[in-house]
Amino acid sequence: MPRASSKRKSSAPQNPPAVKSSNARSAGKAKAKEIENFFDKYANGGIIDPDGIVTLCKDLELEYTDVRILMLAWKLKAVKLGYFTQDEWETGLKTLQVNNLSKLKKAISELEKEVRTPPNFADFYSFAFRYHLTEEKQKNIDIETICELLNLVLGPQFRRQVDLLIDYLKVQSNYKVINLDQWLGIFRFCNEISFPDLENYDETQAWPLILDNFVDWLRENHR
Amino acid sequence: MTMNERKTIDLEQGWEFMQKGITKLKNILEGLPEPQFSSEDYMMLYTTIYNMCTQKPPHDYSQQLYDKYRESFEEYISSTVLPSIREKHDEFMLRELVKRWSNHKVMVRWLSRFFHYLDRYFIARRSLPPLNEVGLTCFRDLVYTELNGKVRDAVITLIDQEREGEQIDRALLKNVLDIFVEIGMGQMDYYENDFETAMLKDTAAYYSRKASNWILEDSCPDYMLKAEECLKREKDRVSHYLHSSSEPKLLEKVQHELLSVYANQLLEKEHSGCHALLRDDKVEDLSRMFRLFSKIPRGLDPVSNIFKQHVTAEGTALVKLAEDAASNKKAEKRDVVGLQEQVFVRKVIELHDKYLAYVNDCFQNHTLFHKSLKEAFEVFCNKGVAGSSSAELLATFCDNILKKGGSEKLSDEAIEEMLEKVVKLLAYISDKDLFAEFYRKKLARRLLFDKSANDDHERSILTKLKQQCGGQFTSKMEGMVTDLTLARENQTSFEEYLSNNPNANPGIDLTVTVLTTGFWPSYKSFDLNLPAEMVKCVEVFREFYQTKTKHRKLTWIYSLGTCNLLGKFESRTTELIVTTYQASALLLFNSSDRLSYSEIMTQLNLSDDDVVRLLHSLSCAKYKILNKEPNTKTISPTDHFEFNSKFTDKMRRIKIPLPPVDEKKKVIEDVDKDRRYAIDASIVRIMKSRKVLGHQQLVLECVEQLGRMFKVHNTLFSFLFFFFVFVCESFVFLNLTTLALNEMLILQPDFKAIKKRIEDLITRDYLERDKSNPNMFRYLA
Repeated sequence: MPRASSKRKSSAPQNPPAVKSSNARSAGKAKAKEIENFFDKYANGGIIDPDGIVTLCKDLELEYTDVRILMLAWKLKAVKLGYFTQDEWETGLKTLQVNNLSKLKKAISELEKEVRTPPNFADFYSFAFRYHLTEEKQKNIDIETICELLNLVLGPQFRRQVDLLIDYLKVQSNYKVINLDQWLGIFRFCNEISFPDLENYDETQAWPLILDNFVDWLRENHR
Repeated sequence: MTMNERKTIDLEQGWEFMQKGITKLKNILEGLPEPQFSSEDYMMLYTTIYNMCTQKPPHDYSQQLYDKYRESFEEYISSTVLPSIREKHDEFMLRELVKRWSNHKVMVRWLSRFFHYLDRYFIARRSLPPLNEVGLTCFRDLVYTELNGKVRDAVITLIDQEREGEQIDRALLKNVLDIFVEIGMGQMDYYENDFETAMLKDTAAYYSRKASNWILEDSCPDYMLKAEECLKREKDRVSHYLHSSSEPKLLEKVQHELLSVYANQLLEKEHSGCHALLRDDKVEDLSRMFRLFSKIPRGLDPVSNIFKQHVTAEGTALVKLAEDAASNKKAEKRDVVGLQEQVFVRKVIELHDKYLAYVNDCFQNHTLFHKSLKEAFEVFCNKGVAGSSSAELLATFCDNILKKGGSEKLSDEAIEEMLEKVVKLLAYISDKDLFAEFYRKKLARRLLFDKSANDDHERSILTKLKQQCGGQFTSKMEGMVTDLTLARENQTSFEEYLSNNPNANPGIDLTVTVLTTGFWPSYKSFDLNLPAEMVKCVEVFREFYQTKTKHRKLTWIYSLGTCNLLGKFESRTTELIVTTYQASALLLFNSSDRLSYSEIMTQLNLSDDDVVRLLHSLSCAKYKILNKEPNTKTISPTDHFEFNSKFTDKMRRIKIPLPPVDEKKKVIEDVDKDRRYAIDASIVRIMKSRKVLGHQQLVLECVEQLGRMFKVHNTLFSFLFFFFVFVCESFVFLNLTTLALNEMLILQPDFKAIKKRIEDLITRDYLERDKSNPNMFRYLA
């Protein structure tokens, strides 16, 4: 863990090791305490619940529905939708090197750039789905939520595809829920298939059936 | 003169003598008055040569004589023969040529006889061409070489004249062309190069011109007539004067110019082309078309295509006709396969008969046309009519033929024929398993309610279906038919049991039909509250059955039973033939005068659907056994019912039918379910053995597997008991990994359906997508 102390002090060129590590340790402890305090500001009964998150969002000057909150959840490796545990909070903030609000604000805008790099984004995308499985043993998410998620997560990057896909999902009746495999398929689709001509789409390949149907629908209605 | 005394003949002398003979020969050939050669003349000439050749050197003049032999021809040809031909033209030239050739051959024959001794030793010793050849070569080199071009042109001109209809001297042409052949002395080169090539070229040009006119002016049948005529004449030509080897080449040229070049234009002529001929049933023209087009390469492809389009169109029109008729039907009757659909099936059969005849007759049983017919039928035979799939229509059609009082009234042979044709049509239907299910349901009805008109016909169609679709297709149905026979035996032993056991007394006449579940369609079994009298029957039979076997489970299906009740009405006692459900309802009125709808429902423990149906049949239909309050035409849950003691009818025995529930939806659901199971099982089986497989490969293997038959793996035996209709159900367990499957018949697998099942299996953690390659799947153990 990088020592915050090294940024501040420039006087003593060389501290004796013992002093240094104790400094470090105390600095580290201070940091941890700050993070803990930070946590307590929003926590309720040892965990940040949805209300806490709303407050946090206000402080961060972000909408509750902003994708960056979702990204924060991803970074924190949050497990339960709408909640941050103390562990998640502390480990995540440590990784971000953040111990207060202003730093968090800054980190979040940095975070957005980090998430949008390809390997991270794929992971984030997958996380977005799994994060929204609220019940135990739940494997699917209803269409309405999916539409919102798609808009949020993929919209900025693939506006056209997402808009049309959302239109389709709303009018089709074959599927009432989407599973992870289909969700991941959508991402692959946006990345691999040229749009809007759909030239390289091959339905004899293992694209999820819902995408085959989407392509048929597109070809019928938007040509 | 003896050998010893022979005087040496010197060349000059000898040749002078020979010359006299040669001159004599020439005179004879020229037709001048000259006596024929006597045998002495001949002998002298021959001997002279002989002597001159056998003299001792320097007086053996073989070489010189050989040369002089040739020179004789050369001299004669140059001085006499050539000029005489040269001065003539056209046909006259040809005649002269023929004459001179004939003469030449004679001359060669005679001279070579005179000079024959040279042939014996001299030519072999010196490896020289024999006399005969020398003679012919002279003619070739001097006459033929110079004149063959002119001759050829003259011949071709005559041929063209004959083509235009003029009479020509065929014998002359034959003789001329024989020269071309003979001049080759065994080889056909001269004939081919100097005559045939040009002749073929001319022929092509000739017919090209003709065709370009005819194609504009003539209708397709007329054109074809002309083409056929031309081919006939050309063939004729060959047999009369061309060499036989020319035949295939000549005909090919003609066919090319007349048919290949204009094939498409001909077939697609607007009012007389292939389409029109089919439309107007011009069988003879179509036969001609087949004959002609079968000769040109790939000539039949477009014809068979047009045939296919035509048949498809006709079939599709029938579908539309039936659809339109059906949409005019009243709304309530929409789900029932009605008369129009029956008519439709019959018309399709007729259509098939008609065009099969075409294939056999006009198109001489050619495989290409069989294929076209098949593909055409497959297109429209799979279109449903008015919501009923073709599979259902066919099954209903069969039912009508086979049941008592069916709408088709035909003789035995006609029935056999019809069944044969129906089975043939089945080949075109892709949802054969759907047909099987509908057929089975209707067969069950026929068998259980004794509605089958003729046992032989029932067995006959099963045999035909078996031949066409394999044993798996018909095994259940055959089982059903056999079951009834067994059931009768069972009933006999039941009756024996009853007479031997006076304690076991059901109190009512009881007939039971025991059936094997696996064969019969599945029937829902409701927990009907049986009237007490019937409960006893069930008990008694159960006890009897225990004595027969303890290994089998009985399930009773009351929905299929019939009951004979005696209704004691005021006017008279009437026997009522009703279903068990109806009987149970009626018997309630033995203990209550008046019952409400809900009371009846509770006491019977049936569903609303069933209660409504049965009450309707008893109070709102033809025979009002119950009085309904209020007296409306439909049943509502607030109604009340009373026994109608005033009921009367002139018949002593009446049947009160209970209309059956529409099976269509259930059948389709059942079949769909079976298919899903089959596809799942197939996918799992493939993945289990391959572990990792690409999507396309998986789909392909799945399709292949599903196209075949599977063995039925299980059935829990249960028995159907008839009369009070106790029908047993068993449950078919589908265990995906041990591959116990329902029968899966010739199924047209749908790629989308397979894809859907794969996705479902992924959700159920049987498979997963490979992380690095989304087109690959892994088996999850």
